[in-house]
Amino acid sequence: MLSLALPYRTWAHRLPAALKFGLLTLAMIGLMQIGTLAGQGAAVLIALALTASLGRRAMAQSLVTLRPLVWIVAVILIWDTLQGDFRLGVLFGLRVFAMVGLANVVTLTTPLPEIVALIERLAQPLAKFGISPRVPAISVALVIRFVPVLRARYDTLTEAWMARSARKPRTKLLAPLTFSLLDDADHMADALRARGGLALPHRGRD
Amino acid sequence: MERNVTLIGLFAALIVALGFVPAIPLGFGVPITLQSLGVMLAGAVLGSWRGALAVLLVQALVAIGLPVLAGGRGGLGIFVGPTAGFLIGWLPAAFVTGLIVERLRRVPVALAAGIGATLGGIVVMYALGIVGFWLVKNAGLKPEDAPMSLSAATLIMAPFIPGDMIKVVVTAFVTRTIAQYRPSALLARA
Repeated sequence: MLSLALPYRTWAHRLPAALKFGLLTLAMIGLMQIGTLAGQGAAVLIALALTASLGRRAMAQSLVTLRPLVWIVAVILIWDTLQGDFRLGVLFGLRVFAMVGLANVVTLTTPLPEIVALIERLAQPLAKFGISPRVPAISVALVIRFVPVLRARYDTLTEAWMARSARKPRTKLLAPLTFSLLDDADHMADALRARGGLALPHRGRD
Repeated sequence: MERNVTLIGLFAALIVALGFVPAIPLGFGVPITLQSLGVMLAGAVLGSWRGALAVLLVQALVAIGLPVLAGGRGGLGIFVGPTAGFLIGWLPAAFVTGLIVERLRRVPVALAAGIGATLGGIVVMYALGIVGFWLVKNAGLKPEDAPMSLSAATLIMAPFIPGDMIKVVVTAFVTRTIAQYRPSALLARA
C-alpha cells in the first residue's frame, strides 16, 4: 500500500508541512466566499498550474481523485439547468475542482514520515491522560500492515468457497473474515504486552 | 489497553480492505461499495466508542493522504469535496450503531444491530452527508442566486439509500453470527 505522496522531491517539498496545511485552510475559507465564475475559474487555473509544476505524475495522481467527482458535478449541472440557472451548476463544478485540486497539491508534496512526525507531536498531550503518545503512530502502522493481510485472507476464503460451491460467496465470507480478525487482535495484543505494552514509560522518553 | 488498540486498528483495516471488494452495481446503475458496511459492523461489534475510534483512524489515514477509500482515493481533497459530509458522517454513524446495540440488550442481537445500523448508518449518515453536500453546493452564492433546497439535495442522494439498506441487513446477520459463535467478541454487549 502506497502513500499518495509523490515518489520524487519538488519545490513544494521544501515548505514545512504545518505551513502547507495552514495555507490550504485559508484557501478553502476564501473559495467558500467567492461567488463569481471568474473568481472560481481563476482558482481552478491556479490549482492546475500548481499541479502541473509538480510534474506529469502529479497530474495523473490528482486526476484519479477528481474523476469520481465528474458524475456528481454532471448531475448538479443537469439539475441547475432544469431549474433554469445553468451558471450555478458551473460555479459548483469549478469550486469543487479548485478545492479538491489544491488539497491534492498538499497531499502530493507532503511525505508520510513528515505527517507521522506531525501526528506524534500533536499527540504529546495524550500523556496527560495516561495514554502513550505512541498509540496514534502504532495504530496507523497497524492498519497499513494489516490491510494487505486481510485482502489476502479474503482471497483465500473466496478460493476455499469456490472449491466447495458453484454459487458466488457475496457477503457470506464476512463473518469468517471477522472471526479471523478478532483472533489476530488478541494475538497482537499479547505480542504488544510481551514487548512492554502501551502504558506510559515511567520517566523520560525512549 | 493493548487489546483495544489492536481491535480498533484491525477494524479500521477491515473498513479499508472492504474498499477493495469490487463495487456492486445496483439495478439502476448506482454503484455501492462495502466500506460503509465496515463502518456499521465496527459500531455493532465494537460498540459506540471503539467503533467510532476505528472510523476516526480511517479518517485520519484519508487526511494524511493514504489511498484508503474505495477506488484508491484519499487525501485532504475528500474532506472539502461534495461527499465530505458522508465521510465525516461515518464517525457518528458507527457511534450511534454501537450505542443502540449496547442499549437494546433485551432485543435479539440481529434486530438491535439492524435498528442501530438503520439509525446510525442511514439516518445519521445521510443527514450529515446531505447537509455537507448542500453546504458545498450553496457556498458563496450572491443574494440574487437561488440556493438549492435541502429537499432537492436529498432527492439527488436518495438513489444510494437502497444499497445501504442491503448493508443494514448484512450487518444484522454478521453481528448475529458473531454473537452466536463468539459471544465474548461482541464487545458492544460484553
